[in-house]
Amino acid sequence: MSRRRRRRGPTALDFVVLAAVLAAIGYVGYRVNSVLVYQWDWSAIPGYFFRRDPKTGEWVANLLVKGLTTTVRIAFWGMIISTVLGVLLAFARTSRRLLPRLIGWAYVGFIRNIPPVPFLFLFYFFISTQLVPMLGIDRLLAQASPGTLSVLRVLFGEIALIPNFASGVFCLSLLMAAYIAEIVRAGIQSIARGQYEAGYTIGLSRLQIAWYIVLPQAVNRVVPPLTGQLITLVKDSSLVALISIQELSFLAMEIAISERRFFEVWLVTGLMYFVICYSLSLLMRRLERRALAYDR
Amino acid sequence: MQSVPTSTAPVIELHGVNKWFGEFHVLKDIDLTVHQGERIVVCGPSGSGKSTLIRCINGLEEHEAGRIVVGGIELDQNSRHVDAIRGEVGMVFQQFNLFPHLTVLENCTLGPIRSRGMGRREAEALAMQYLERVHIPEQAQKHPGQLSGGQQQRVAIARSLCMKPRVMLFDEPTSALDPEMIKEVLDVMVDLATSGMTMVCVTHEMGFARTVADTMVFMDAGSIIETGPPAEFFGAPRNDRTKLFLSQILTH
Repeated sequence: MSRRRRRRGPTALDFVVLAAVLAAIGYVGYRVNSVLVYQWDWSAIPGYFFRRDPKTGEWVANLLVKGLTTTVRIAFWGMIISTVLGVLLAFARTSRRLLPRLIGWAYVGFIRNIPPVPFLFLFYFFISTQLVPMLGIDRLLAQASPGTLSVLRVLFGEIALIPNFASGVFCLSLLMAAYIAEIVRAGIQSIARGQYEAGYTIGLSRLQIAWYIVLPQAVNRVVPPLTGQLITLVKDSSLVALISIQELSFLAMEIAISERRFFEVWLVTGLMYFVICYSLSLLMRRLERRALAYDR
Repeated sequence: MQSVPTSTAPVIELHGVNKWFGEFHVLKDIDLTVHQGERIVVCGPSGSGKSTLIRCINGLEEHEAGRIVVGGIELDQNSRHVDAIRGEVGMVFQQFNLFPHLTVLENCTLGPIRSRGMGRREAEALAMQYLERVHIPEQAQKHPGQLSGGQQQRVAIARSLCMKPRVMLFDEPTSALDPEMIKEVLDVMVDLATSGMTMVCVTHEMGFARTVADTMVFMDAGSIIETGPPAEFFGAPRNDRTKLFLSQILTH
């Protein structure tokens, strides 16, 4: 807390840089307006957020809002699954045993060194034809009561699309887990040996030491890079548009094409991602502050 | 090798213990017996193997040859034996090793709750009792980082005591402390000694050793060179290396 350095006010250089940035923005705006001769037309956009149902006359969510909720759902489950997987992989990579270390090493090496697009296509095929049927999601959905179904609809979206949705979430989570694993591993390896020894002498098991002593401290130390990775996860959730999951980018593409309003649609879409990601980083900053509260 | 004649059973027995760090022979044929209620102070120059010795007693380090028996259970390859022993042997480290993300109270209750299966309320009552004993009950809700070194080390002692160990090991507990904080920790240790706790202390605090030790153990180059009651040990050391060490450490 006392370590924080005193911050200086703006200097002349800061104003010069600021002026340069503003000039650059102005120039881009000028080029778009005069050189592209682009006719701005925002009139179609609001209708894609909400539309009036012609039969009932009620306002219902339209494509952009539907896409946004799907993206939020994918990001939410993706964060949970990839974090759990990432933590397990991180412990595997720091294990004393050879086999877990090898598995963790191979997994991270495999994922990090191929681009997400081939991975997505290859694994989507495997996951959607093998893993998801194996989990028996279809069967469970067929047996679910109406009450359960309405809860599931809130959590996972359209019931008929849940297997598809699950495939997308798994693909994304498997990708992100490798990066999260490396971040958490750095945290785990920064924990001093004395912490393990102290846990050992008060009779804790290996698992208890990992869960109660190592993991909380490790995660606290890596909140800033972890925030970056979770934001990447939100943004990269647009990758699952490639496997036809109707999230924000997928639907924005459809609107942009059918309305031929590329700048408007993508500006709005970008802004929507920004709002999600920035809220997330604000949330994580609060977490970071709490995490550092005990640190000297 | 003789120890103070006592009628009680030995709590710790070491027979012909040997240990190597790679090529380095760190413990050489160590024989040592600690009886119930006995207080042993181990001293010697740095690198003499004294820390390694006490770390072997609770299984933090493995020994390669010889036998170590604690409370009737032999420390061997059987991990169940090791698990049975480590809850019975408390340890206080030079660097305190408190858990910085937990409050003082949580530091003390973690072991009893998770390892002993004690209820939270009971564990907290126990922790407060020991925090009072080390004179810092008012710090219970703070985090270790908010405390001074001396206070942290007293919390570490309380944390160990909460496991109700049969033996307490101290590994240079005052070496990382500022001079003005050493006394508050030693006071707690003296109090503990007076209460009848079996203790093995590695320390350079010779004043403390004189006050509480039943037996002094002097180690050099991995061997126990001399043992004896403090009066004899300080007054008439037999071995030349002991004499040299004492002359170096007691000149001030």
